[in-house]
Amino acid sequence: MRQSVLTRVIIFGIASFAAVIYLVPTFVRPLPDWWTSFLPAEKIHLGLDLQGGSHLVLEVKVDKAVESNIERVRGDLTNVLREKGVVGASVERVEGSVIQVKVPSAGVERVRGILKGDFGNLAEAKTPQSSPAGMDFFMTLSKEELRSVRDYAIDQSLETIRNRVDQFGVSEPIIQRQGLTNILIQLPGIQDPQRAKDIIGKTALLEFKLVDDAANLEEAVKSGPPPGREVLYGHGGRGEGAGTERQPYVLESRALMTGEYIQDARVRPSEQLSGPSVELILNNAGGRLFEQITSANVKRRLAIVLDNRVYSAPVIQERIGGGRASITGNFDIKEARDLSIVLRAGALPAPVEIAEERTVGPSLGQDSINQGLTSFIVGATFVVLFMIAYYKGAGLVAVVALLFNVFYMIALLAGLQAVLTLPGIAGIVLTVGMAVDANVLINERIREELRGGRAVRSAIEAGYKNALPAILDSNITTFLSGVILFQFGTGPIKGFAVTLCIGILTTVMTAVYLSRVYYDYRIGARKLERISI
Amino acid sequence: MELIKSGTKIPFTKYRKSAAILSALVNVVVLAFLFIKGPSLGVDFAGGTIVQLKFNQKTTIADIRAALESVQLGGSVIQDFGHEGLNEYLVRVEKVSVEVSAIGEQIKIALAKKFGADRFEIRRIEFVGPKIGEDLRWRGTLSVIASTIMMGVYIWIRFASAFGARFGLNFGVGAVVALVHDVLVTIGALMLANYEFDLTVVAALLTIIGFSVNDTVVICDRIRENLRKAKRETLENIINTSINETLSRTILTTGTALLVLLALYILGGAVIRPFAFALLVGFISGVYSTIFIASPVILLWGERLRR
Repeated sequence: MRQSVLTRVIIFGIASFAAVIYLVPTFVRPLPDWWTSFLPAEKIHLGLDLQGGSHLVLEVKVDKAVESNIERVRGDLTNVLREKGVVGASVERVEGSVIQVKVPSAGVERVRGILKGDFGNLAEAKTPQSSPAGMDFFMTLSKEELRSVRDYAIDQSLETIRNRVDQFGVSEPIIQRQGLTNILIQLPGIQDPQRAKDIIGKTALLEFKLVDDAANLEEAVKSGPPPGREVLYGHGGRGEGAGTERQPYVLESRALMTGEYIQDARVRPSEQLSGPSVELILNNAGGRLFEQITSANVKRRLAIVLDNRVYSAPVIQERIGGGRASITGNFDIKEARDLSIVLRAGALPAPVEIAEERTVGPSLGQDSINQGLTSFIVGATFVVLFMIAYYKGAGLVAVVALLFNVFYMIALLAGLQAVLTLPGIAGIVLTVGMAVDANVLINERIREELRGGRAVRSAIEAGYKNALPAILDSNITTFLSGVILFQFGTGPIKGFAVTLCIGILTTVMTAVYLSRVYYDYRIGARKLERISI
Repeated sequence: MELIKSGTKIPFTKYRKSAAILSALVNVVVLAFLFIKGPSLGVDFAGGTIVQLKFNQKTTIADIRAALESVQLGGSVIQDFGHEGLNEYLVRVEKVSVEVSAIGEQIKIALAKKFGADRFEIRRIEFVGPKIGEDLRWRGTLSVIASTIMMGVYIWIRFASAFGARFGLNFGVGAVVALVHDVLVTIGALMLANYEFDLTVVAALLTIIGFSVNDTVVICDRIRENLRKAKRETLENIINTSINETLSRTILTTGTALLVLLALYILGGAVIRPFAFALLVGFISGVYSTIFIASPVILLWGERLRR
């Protein structure tokens, strides 16, 4: 008996030593260098609800990516049919992601061959229908192609958003895929959540399009643009409401160039006549393309369109070499800087929408920590006083076990790198209230055995032994519901589930095994004839 | 100190008929309210936006409403948050004309125009889109149901080895019925106290399920033990003895849990309050349901299945 007490004391000693090591980084700052070189240096991670910050879930509109992909395929198909000399065929997009190919009877077999041979990424949306003129094919992206387009859209969005957040400068952001089409973003300690959202959520599709000055602007606005043209509006600048008039433009729908050729984007400060601008530095291919475009369209107006807003539409005075272009517009220096960030990081392959946002300011987080601490201290004091009043000596043993319990629990939180949230603190408080259940079960049992006439020593042994099944069962059931909660919950709630489950482990460890060490020591040391319980 | 004198013999099962009627009545009323009126859902489940504001001087709800008029927030609700006198307010917006992700910014601009930018602070913004809200609602409901059934299955398996599968099932069923009762009572109390249902309420319900089943486990464990000791005794007597023997433990354990919950309820702040409230109700209900519902269910077919 003596021997095993010693072994257990050593085991708990080692556990406590490890716990201290894991807790030091949280409570001692700064850490000495020799510590960080080989000992854990991570503090307990606070959830966004305690340290302040933004939690965002973005939904990537993958259907839009699919649509624009289909649109591109439609263009390719039109070209291929023309090149291969299929006469009188028309290719149109219907119902979102279906292409309808109308072919006169003469070309049906050739088109069938082309579709099969050159467009393996397409599948039949429905069986071809014969029409008076010939045959209508209905094609859409094949299943594999569809999946890869969707996956690409999400992966590319993740990558782009990661770039933007990096440039935005947030420490320890979390950016990850969530579910099929969502992206989870956590930005701790962010000061201006609106700006972050603007930067992250901007599609940033940059296009260069020619202005059609020959078109009748008024008529195009009123009754729709002529074929191959579109009406887009000017960028109103920040702060202007939707009510203000925006300048309409009639543009050629085809984009001559897009933002994919951008190598770098820089803010140029205001000059005398104009506000700040963003200078684009194009890569080599982009530079050549831009030179070609400008030389072919001298004296015409080239509109610079970002997310379907015309920022400016300067007249091309001469061929522009050197791969530089600049966007001017009605914006201030802050907006110019944000614009340069999104242009540098690249466009999102599909628009994104905010599906969930939870932003907590830093002062609220601190308040929550204080409230959590206060309720912990008050709640724990109640429990301690009650246990000692009710069980006297045995109550004191239970209280010491409880203190170790909380100590191990917080150390485990730090060691496992779990995130502590406000509900998580509530979980710790609750654990304090529930943990004594094990000691209550044991002590009640010991009292019963004593009443039944057993000697102190065997009463203690029987008490622990007989109470154990009930203790284990009740902790397992609580643990199970904690696991379900962890599966279900988001952010803060997960934090609660984690502390609940960790608390159960440490409760069994301390209330059952640690408290027993004391009694076994007493039993071993001398004949234990009376027990305060 | 002793709360319950040893040798106490309260014939709990005697009251099982009146308890069953009372509980059934309460549960039916709660269910009726749940389906007819429905609980008021927080943004987690209903979707929408809440913005928590703190002013550094006295402000009235009417002032805030007037300031926000220009933003046209449609069906917005403005209410005190936390204690009165803290000058903290919660603005809840259901659906709006302005782009949803910019509501916080809009509110900030409108309030700054009226009160000045340094008079207030936006402490929290929560926006949940309709899709995510629906998803959370569904998953929340599912997790409550799943864990209730899981507890029943656990207890069934646990006691099947001692009593055989059929009598063991009785214990599982008893636990499940008691848990359903606790969950419904808690939901009813939350609706009565006008708390909104959100993720923390689901967390509370799951915790109640995990905790309340503890009492059942402890009493069942005792029944198992006493069944072995006294093979001739009627099941009803054994159940009563077991409840009495564990009564002081039941009261003590729930008591200490209630102590800390009271601390959380009073001191934990407005975010935790509904959670603490739900647990307070659920834990109390858990004691009642173990004694007056789970045990009678075991008794229901128990005598026949016992041997």
